[in-house]
Amino acid sequence: MNHDPSKTSHYVDAGFYEKLIADFGGWQSDAAEQSDVGLRDSCRRFLEKEARFLDQGRNAEWLGLFAPECLYWVPASLDGGDPRREVAVSFDDRRRMEDRVFRLDTDHAWSQQPVSRTARLVSNVTVYATDAADDVFMVRSNFLTTEFQAGDKRIYTGWYGHQLRRLGNSNGESWQILVKQVNLIDCDQNLRNPSIVL
Amino acid sequence: MIKMDKMSAGAGSLDAGYDWDRLVQEDRVSRQIYTDPVIFAAEMTKIFGAVWVYIAHESQIPNNDNFVRSRLGLRPIIVTRDSSGRVRALYNRCTHRGATICRQDSGSAKGFTCPYHGWAYSNNGKLSGVPWPDGYADDALDGDKFNLAQVARVDSYRGFIFATLNADAPSLDDYLGGVKQPIDEWLDRQPGGKVAVCNANRLKFDGNWKLAYDNAADGYHVVFSHRSLLAMENRMAEDKGMTYYKENPDGAPMYVRYFGNGHHFKDKRPNMEVRPGAMWEIESLHPGMEHVEEDFRRRHGDRANELLDLASSEPVNINVFPNLMLLGNHIQVVQPLSVSETDTTWWGTAVIDVDGDIGDDLEAINALRMRTQEGFPNFGEVDDLMNFEQIQAGLAAAEDEWVYMHRGLGLEEGRITVDEGGVITGPATDEVFMRETMKVYKRLMSDDPAIGITRDPDAGDG
Repeated sequence: MNHDPSKTSHYVDAGFYEKLIADFGGWQSDAAEQSDVGLRDSCRRFLEKEARFLDQGRNAEWLGLFAPECLYWVPASLDGGDPRREVAVSFDDRRRMEDRVFRLDTDHAWSQQPVSRTARLVSNVTVYATDAADDVFMVRSNFLTTEFQAGDKRIYTGWYGHQLRRLGNSNGESWQILVKQVNLIDCDQNLRNPSIVL
Repeated sequence: MIKMDKMSAGAGSLDAGYDWDRLVQEDRVSRQIYTDPVIFAAEMTKIFGAVWVYIAHESQIPNNDNFVRSRLGLRPIIVTRDSSGRVRALYNRCTHRGATICRQDSGSAKGFTCPYHGWAYSNNGKLSGVPWPDGYADDALDGDKFNLAQVARVDSYRGFIFATLNADAPSLDDYLGGVKQPIDEWLDRQPGGKVAVCNANRLKFDGNWKLAYDNAADGYHVVFSHRSLLAMENRMAEDKGMTYYKENPDGAPMYVRYFGNGHHFKDKRPNMEVRPGAMWEIESLHPGMEHVEEDFRRRHGDRANELLDLASSEPVNINVFPNLMLLGNHIQVVQPLSVSETDTTWWGTAVIDVDGDIGDDLEAINALRMRTQEGFPNFGEVDDLMNFEQIQAGLAAAEDEWVYMHRGLGLEEGRITVDEGGVITGPATDEVFMRETMKVYKRLMSDDPAIGITRDPDAGDG
């Protein structure tokens, strides 16, 4: 039966968790690193576009970068941990990502009133091939997000793990996010107002 | 009688001259109790030294030699289950020059060695050796003098470990008093009456710790502070989450109860029916929910409801003064850092299959339970914390002194009941619990408790 992942959450099942843990454990093998400059640049432009959408508050367009069955995951453990046994800072399936954006758009999410101003830098992009499929790549990058909120400048930093699927189109390559993992260097520490999308 | 190194807390003089009758009144408190660093320093002794303070959960140190770092007020401590099985709260402070000796959040160790000069201690606090002892005069290291300081009174209630430096404090059992009943009920809905602490959703705010405790049983703020959450929870479904606050919450079946010693309880369970599956039905929407529900209903029939309830948040707030709050399935700990900085750590809990009744479904239940627990810290607590920070900002206005907590005051007849044991029950939206807690706060801050440490590993028995 087909389920609309914006309305019901059927795809987050035992197999989903198993695959997630397998895909995000030890995937950064040097042997799988891709040397193709065009591929890397294509991924980098895509990550920069994602960062731009978030900096510009284009949340609906940000959601549009993701596959229908997707995940936005901010682990609370340095190695990602096991989300079946651990709480994450955030663990959003498609519906919860839409919840998150809906809440921010209500104008009553006081943690984001006024809305934070952010500037995201994405760098050190490395692309890895996967065994699973020719069109699925793992992309590791470092990020530095500076937030201005309530008179303060604050910093979120760490590395992203993006699982991307390549979509062919007439203009060349485009991409879809299957999973975005946000690895904060202080993921296991107390965070002040982590209410922006990271 | 416990052998303790009695000492003057020194706090009596800290806040000498403070007029507590003026600072804490029947209907209001002075902004100063949230903003004054001298009062904060006194609280670290008169409250976070003198009453039973939550320090860890037994499931974090299940085996001998396990330890977890914690704090008692601002004091860095190591909660150990020593090699003989006794739970201790050791000061994480080398007796020699004061460095912390344990810099790892948790682990297993028979002892701790100071990285600075190599002084070594057993995990019961006893000094086990110093490098090149010939450099010390005869007898200079003898006796208890150089053992780690530790808390003589450490005790636990059904897995929750508490400590106090106050030899005159009542027993933990007496201190908890009536709040044991909701704690029992919170635990007894879990298989075997137990939970295991996992990791935590960790938040902090720039505000005084009491702002979090004042809020803990506050049913008045919900529809306002959590307006975005209520809208989100009900954007695709009706009657989810805290929707029972929407219509006149003053008259709703839920209630707030005050037990004495600053402990209170907001019980929202009366808003739902008493039957398996009722908790699950009002649970808002979480990742994996429909998959697990359909799978359980197909395979377990009627029993699915009780399994699904294990992944659901229980609609209660059980608050143990000064720093422990049980809500949903979380064990929330409030940790003061300074007069205007506070950590609020939401420890997640997992179900344990104590009797083997759950079997292979345990993993699916706990995975879903992790997801339900992530909801409120992500979409609710952040808005409260912003409001706490903005209270702290507002309280910078020195001339505008008073913070009011008088909702329901003067309307007690027909609204508030007091039983023969002094337990007070009222509408969930009344601030009676705050006023009662502030009376306790005032009494504690007016006292000069005799607090002290021990260096004798054999002293104390909890």
